[in-house]
Amino acid sequence: MSFPWANHYQPKAPLMRWLDEKLPLPRFVYNAVGAGYPVPRNLNYFWNFGVLAGFMLVVQILTGVILAMHYAANAGVAFDSTEHIMRDVNWGWLIRYGHANGASMFFVVVYIHIFRGLYFSSYKAPREMIWLLGVVIYLLMMATGFMGYVLPWGQMSFWGAKVITGLFSAIPLVGEPLQQWLLGGFSPDNAALNRFFSLHFLLPFVIAGVIILHIWALHIPGSSNPTGVEIKSESDTVPFHPYYTSKDGFGLGVFLILFAFMVFFAPNWLGHPDNYIPANPLSTPAHIVPEWYYWPFYAILRSFTSDFFFVPAKLMGVLAMFGAILLLFFLPWLDTSPVRSGKYRPLFRKFFWFGLIPTVLILGYCGGSPAEEPYVLVAQLATAYYFLHFLVILPIVSSIERPEPMPYSITEAVLGRDDKAVLAPGSSGGSSGAFGSAHPVPAA
Amino acid sequence: MVRIFGILAGLFFAVAVMWSFVVGAINFAGEGMPHSVERSFYKHPKELSLASDGVFGNFDKQQLQRGFQVYKEVCSACHSMRLVAFRDLREIGYNEAEVKAIAKGFQVPGVDPNTGEVNTRPGLATDYFPKPFANDIAARAANNNAVPPDLSRMTKARDDGPAYVYSLLTGYQTQPAALLKQYPDAKTPTGLHYNPYFPNLNLAMTPPLTSDGQVTFGDGTKSTVSQMAKDVAAFLVWTAEPKLAKRNQTGWPVLLFLVVLTGLAYMAYQNVWRDKKH
Repeated sequence: MSFPWANHYQPKAPLMRWLDEKLPLPRFVYNAVGAGYPVPRNLNYFWNFGVLAGFMLVVQILTGVILAMHYAANAGVAFDSTEHIMRDVNWGWLIRYGHANGASMFFVVVYIHIFRGLYFSSYKAPREMIWLLGVVIYLLMMATGFMGYVLPWGQMSFWGAKVITGLFSAIPLVGEPLQQWLLGGFSPDNAALNRFFSLHFLLPFVIAGVIILHIWALHIPGSSNPTGVEIKSESDTVPFHPYYTSKDGFGLGVFLILFAFMVFFAPNWLGHPDNYIPANPLSTPAHIVPEWYYWPFYAILRSFTSDFFFVPAKLMGVLAMFGAILLLFFLPWLDTSPVRSGKYRPLFRKFFWFGLIPTVLILGYCGGSPAEEPYVLVAQLATAYYFLHFLVILPIVSSIERPEPMPYSITEAVLGRDDKAVLAPGSSGGSSGAFGSAHPVPAA
Repeated sequence: MVRIFGILAGLFFAVAVMWSFVVGAINFAGEGMPHSVERSFYKHPKELSLASDGVFGNFDKQQLQRGFQVYKEVCSACHSMRLVAFRDLREIGYNEAEVKAIAKGFQVPGVDPNTGEVNTRPGLATDYFPKPFANDIAARAANNNAVPPDLSRMTKARDDGPAYVYSLLTGYQTQPAALLKQYPDAKTPTGLHYNPYFPNLNLAMTPPLTSDGQVTFGDGTKSTVSQMAKDVAAFLVWTAEPKLAKRNQTGWPVLLFLVVLTGLAYMAYQNVWRDKKH
């Protein structure tokens, strides 16, 4: 699947011709991320973050496999084995700090990637499947990150595991047995640690598999772009290689500088000191907080402090926390505006920048703070807005909003004019680009 | 259909959380900001600057050796250091003979090679620092029901760790009269010691550094209480993160390499896109 003007793979060397006949892997790469994939020419740096996320997955798998060679998944020695990695394994400190900060950087990148998708409505037809698979990847990442944080078996590992698996106990009737089944006991211990290690090793490969589907689904309609106008002609595109390999290469360099700074000079900045204290079931930390990337959802969980009719507060909190993520699956059908880019949606844009972004930041701040006033009250207001934003405001805005004029094509957006521009039937001016079904013509 | 269901679900969650908000706000209006003796009298750690601070941080080996001396002569009576081996002391400037001599000065658990009976023997360079108590129960019994924590990772296991250690060691004082006036029930119990740098204000550890000159430093530095506290804090930074100096020293060449690489990548990017407006 591609555009008719896409470059075709033509192997010249005899070996490559031979390989192309037997196993056309180079052809596959050429069409996926090479010169055979035409991409909108106007992508800004926010379109770099998908590549960065893929890069971080590779970093996490490489560092993680090495760590697994030195780590011992046993509640008696797990804590000391991480200290062994830090002290006695050659360059172990680099591998471990790289992996721990790598998880944070992975989430930074993925959050920017997700909010890019939200602002430019990348989830809309014809790209719903890419979005759905992306939410699946995000859920898998959260599960993987949580289980990874348990492995050093420090105080936050233990109590985090206790709190998170405790969420399942809120489910009526089956909750308590379910929690015990998940943990393999009444409280996190060796059984839980071992299965978390096993799953923490497995899930990244599941993520890699879903990423392949994510990219496959991306190559059917092709990449979206900041104008939200679909590709119309060859002048709208450039081949992925060398144009975006070079641009993404520069972005990757900038990102690596930030990543290296964190690993070498601030490796514990995003961590919690309590996790350098060995797990102790008899001593509860003053404030149990998860890693920063869960803070907004942790704040939502803790916002439900009173029973609501017949629903206990704890169950409400659990439903809301999972609901806050699961609602993302329905975005393609909640936002009905035919215009994609927030650039041409005046009302949507206001709610995005002055509603959603501050709300998520406030939720994050409150989630990382102790569960006391005024943080809980503030988080409750933010939680209410979070649900209203996606489930109420977005559908209403998309039906009442008057979009601003849009360019006819990407070429016009970039060059100021497009000689091939034609008036679309039933529209006025050159602003109808995204209204028609602008699917690219599939090549044979 | 999705939208109708979505709007209903959104309103449901919003109303439920606002119900919690109203209940919480009424309680908050009744009780006001949470207050407690810890909130009013807890003090954040004092400022402390060490050679190991910052992105150019390195260890001051003289200071680490002084800190080690304080640990050995004072702290080690109650606090274990189980992740540090005598051989590690080579890193803070002791030579092989000195390390062997230090190790020999400690009795470590051993086994009699003839009878198989458990005994103690003089330490070797490969041994780890021995624990001062046989087990937690013995530790509790000797320390007013508190287990002295292991000091191997202390500065990483507390917020602002080095400053916390320094402040705690120099922060013992008599309970302020204002505290007892405001919270008459909060009198420090017998056997505990008032220290505003400890989160719950009352600490089981008896003040360990009580007088100037308690330790006689080998390098002639005047051993004031503040100096000893500072040196032992510096030593604990090393025990918690022995690779700190190597990490900082490795970081700069890596960053330099990445900056050059990124510069080249930027030029490649500009070159590829030179006649393509975007």
